[in-house]
Amino acid sequence: MRNPLRSEAEAYRLLWIVIAGAAVIIVAAFINTWLGVAAAVIAFAALGWWLLHEPVPGAAEPPPVVTSGTPPGTHRVLVVAPPGTETVDVPNGAEVLVVVPALASTAESLTGAVDDRRGDAEATAAALEARIPGSRAEVGADDPALAAEDALRLFGADEVLVAGDDGMFEAIRERVALPVSRA
Amino acid sequence: MYLFIASEIMLFGSFFTAYFFVRIVNGVPWPTPPYHLPVFVAGINTLILMTSSATMHWATVSIKRGNVWGMRAGLLLTFLMGLSFLISQLYEYFRVGFNLSDGAFPTIFFCLTGLHGSHVFIGLTILAIMTTRAFRGHFSAEHHHGVEIGGIYWHFVDVMWIVVFTTVYIL
Repeated sequence: MRNPLRSEAEAYRLLWIVIAGAAVIIVAAFINTWLGVAAAVIAFAALGWWLLHEPVPGAAEPPPVVTSGTPPGTHRVLVVAPPGTETVDVPNGAEVLVVVPALASTAESLTGAVDDRRGDAEATAAALEARIPGSRAEVGADDPALAAEDALRLFGADEVLVAGDDGMFEAIRERVALPVSRA
Repeated sequence: MYLFIASEIMLFGSFFTAYFFVRIVNGVPWPTPPYHLPVFVAGINTLILMTSSATMHWATVSIKRGNVWGMRAGLLLTFLMGLSFLISQLYEYFRVGFNLSDGAFPTIFFCLTGLHGSHVFIGLTILAIMTTRAFRGHFSAEHHHGVEIGGIYWHFVDVMWIVVFTTVYIL
């Protein structure tokens, strides 16, 4: 089933569909009350059918290939670094993925003012990617443990390095079934 | 999001159930004589809300294209039109000639339109935050999550008004 409020554009489209449906019901009701009732039933049924049959974006695409296993001879390291981290020491020759959680305060999360925090995380990720040879970096969820879990679904790491404070370290250590150490 | 939609359907659904029960099962005339509903003002308000959705959409499309001033103008216009809607609805409440204690019809009328009005008030609060942030340069073509979410809520409020306006004022 497609969520009609999935995006602003889709919500706007839903509004016009509802306006059109309401106009049909009003016209039918002015002609005859029972015709209006029939129009309402048909309009609601059509809306339900449309929501059920409208393709969900991405649903028809094949699922992404998840490479959770570590290829022989490689050592994979997942680094979780908060925004502002300048550099991280990683083992030589390791394949490194750096995840920078877009940390936001409770007020920022509630008001949706997370764009600046995400911008900070993107800047840190770009800087770390440039400083750590052979690494790639990306922005993760605002919860560091969730960001690590998300990354591990597509990047089978042998160990996790945490460059954050004690709270972040403990949160990740409790949620991740891999060796977790401080960067 | 599904939980939000479900909770809103249940909330509005309870009031619409009362509306249909009073009007169809009990057969209470709508509006009960000698009262009249301010259909013309509500119609104008409907046009204002529909236009505000268009300006909201304009704001979102603008910021996606990097047009910051288009977004600011769109958000400001949306806020002003939403405020006009709320003020004129409150003004109509004082002029309508009946109140909550005058029977089932006024009770349902005030509950349904008031419930929607409270949603408009919440939407205006969100819009005020969004507009302030827009003028402080918080949004860009790459980062406009706040505008997107606020836009979804505003369109939802307008969808609910179309349903309320059709059932309460027109049918």
